[in-house]
Amino acid sequence: MIKIQDLHKSYQMGENSLHVLKGINFEVKEGELVSIMGSSGSGKSTLLNILGILDEADQGTYTLDGTLIRNLNEKVAAQYRNKFLGFIFQSFNLINYKSALDNVSLPLYYQGVNRKERFERSMYYLEKVGLAKWSGHLPNELSGGQKQRVAIARALASDPKVLLADEPTGALDTKTSYEVMELIQKINDEGKTILIVTHEPDIAEMTKRIVNLKDGVIIDDTRIEPKKASLYV
Amino acid sequence: MFNIERWQEIFETIAKNPLRTVLTGLSVSSGIFILIILLGVAEGLKRGTKKQFEGDIPTKLYFAGRFTGKEYNGLNPNRKIKLNIKDYNNITSSFEDDIQYQTANFKRYNAQTSFEDKNGVYILFGVMPDHMQLENAYLIAGRYLSEKDLIEKAKVVVLGTRIVADLFKGKHDKAIGKRITINDVKYTVIGVTEDNGGEREDTYMFTPHSTMVQLYDNTNNAGSFQFTINPDEDYDKALAKSNQFGEMVIANLKKSHNIHPEDDRAIRFYNALKGGKDIYLMNTGMKIFFWGIGILTLLSGIVGVSNIMIIIVKERTKEIGIRKALGAQPKSIVAMILHESIFITTTSGFVGLFVALTLLEIVGPRIENDFIINPKVEFSVAVITVLMLIIAGAFAGYIPARKASKIKPIIALRDE
Ligand SMILES: Nc1ncnc2c1ncn2[C@@H]1O[C@H](COP(=O)(O)OP(=O)(O)OP(=O)(O)O)[C@@H](O)[C@H]1O
Ligand SMILES: [Mg+2]
Repeated sequence: MIKIQDLHKSYQMGENSLHVLKGINFEVKEGELVSIMGSSGSGKSTLLNILGILDEADQGTYTLDGTLIRNLNEKVAAQYRNKFLGFIFQSFNLINYKSALDNVSLPLYYQGVNRKERFERSMYYLEKVGLAKWSGHLPNELSGGQKQRVAIARALASDPKVLLADEPTGALDTKTSYEVMELIQKINDEGKTILIVTHEPDIAEMTKRIVNLKDGVIIDDTRIEPKKASLYV
Repeated sequence: MFNIERWQEIFETIAKNPLRTVLTGLSVSSGIFILIILLGVAEGLKRGTKKQFEGDIPTKLYFAGRFTGKEYNGLNPNRKIKLNIKDYNNITSSFEDDIQYQTANFKRYNAQTSFEDKNGVYILFGVMPDHMQLENAYLIAGRYLSEKDLIEKAKVVVLGTRIVADLFKGKHDKAIGKRITINDVKYTVIGVTEDNGGEREDTYMFTPHSTMVQLYDNTNNAGSFQFTINPDEDYDKALAKSNQFGEMVIANLKKSHNIHPEDDRAIRFYNALKGGKDIYLMNTGMKIFFWGIGILTLLSGIVGVSNIMIIIVKERTKEIGIRKALGAQPKSIVAMILHESIFITTTSGFVGLFVALTLLEIVGPRIENDFIINPKVEFSVAVITVLMLIIAGAFAGYIPARKASKIKPIIALRDE
């Protein structure tokens, strides 16, 4: 599903250039649930942003579902993001004046799906994350965990190939974090490929594979038997 | 441009951001309100100043007969020249296109005037209907002399306010329709005028020229002539035009009255424009001044609307980042912002326009002031102004919208 080879990324800051990713080789198969770990500043978000076509690598190749991602113009990048990828952010990034339902249906709006179908499909995903009753509520009327579940429903709405989550539990307490992980595991069980950036070991242990980044290279990549989040809720 | 899904999306955004919508709308509509009011006041000021400096219309030309200074064709010098109605008709028919206002002016001093037990001595004028405009007088009650009065040689009279004060205790409406006696002839009072020129002019009485000629002079003495010629934007052009007019009229009069072509005494000619250069230049200055005001207010309106657009776009940067991460294309971001801003500015712009025009319509005519007269804006001018603001607002919105649409989503989404 995802294949990157010899990926490099530097940030230019005035005179200095900061070499963040120093040759990453990495492959993710369909249906995997991968966590990316590493200390702060090790380049986790940078890697995820490149995978999400929100940023571009300086060097190396990136293939997403058989498509080579390289030198895309804004228009095509937007299309690929819309079609292939779903994002989950630490700070949720819901549009605060839109109801839960409207937030979830936004990716479908950009796919050109008509209003009626948009709302039907969005309702389906809201039900899936257990928030059907809250569909008319604004984000600020929801708890942190509920907001993240709306964001997950939104990421699922366009039926993407891959879900990318940057510290999805970073703003949540332990109990709520496990609830969110339970949902992510459920979605993964249904076959969706998911990548999670985290620095919490207990969260990483709930994924099937832990990739460890340090100083811009992968120092460790282990498959594990995931702990069932449902047991901890 | 018409896409129902996008309209729905925009209406939702507008409806769910009532504060932003109302604030934007209010600032746009109040901006346009102020602009229209300013334009109206400028127009009123323009009328006011025009009136102030109009005391005597600067293109006025005056002709009267005097005594000849030279012997000519066997005629002795010191012969009295009397301009007659034929001279007058010749001038008005040959210069029809150049003449703006016209009158002949036959004067009679010491007119014994009475109404019931009251009486006084005033000056009686025989004039044409344009006389009021020429003297820059205005009606207080009733009506002025008409062409019909002139043709019928009607025994009607228009009184100055001083006379009404003497004979009717100043009650203008009471005077209308009353019959007064002037030099043993009875006249019906049809109107009352007041003159900007001063007190003296308010002791004048005006009756049709034809009536006067019939009553007082069987030799057809028409008195003096006054004309104004159609105004010209440019002082030098206007002066040349009026001088040419005067010379041609004098040449014609000399011919028909057997006057030596070089006799400068026989016809009195006065061209008010010669002394009117300052007023003329002032009028041009005023015009430039008010254009300047208009353009500056419009510019400040444009800057205001543009500012609002820039602030709105800035405020929405994060939202734009989210939308882009979810697959919005740059052009759909630009379209969304423009669509929304044009909708709001148009709606609120016309609300401001409507309120301002209504206010001017109601309050304007009530403003009685020496400097501001009936502030008003022409509807077409107002609509064009509003459209210009909307287009400017759209342009001003377009630049930041485009910039926002190019921001990388990671930058827009970065947690601060
Ligand atoms: N836009 C940028 N410009 C310059 N430097 C950047 C930029 N984005 C990230 N960096 C730098 O690159 C390095 C890696 O950043 P990155 O966000 O990938 O780290 P991270 O592993 O996600 O850290 P954290 O756990 O704190 O989120 C950091 O040193 C950061 O300061
Ligand atoms: Mg990070």
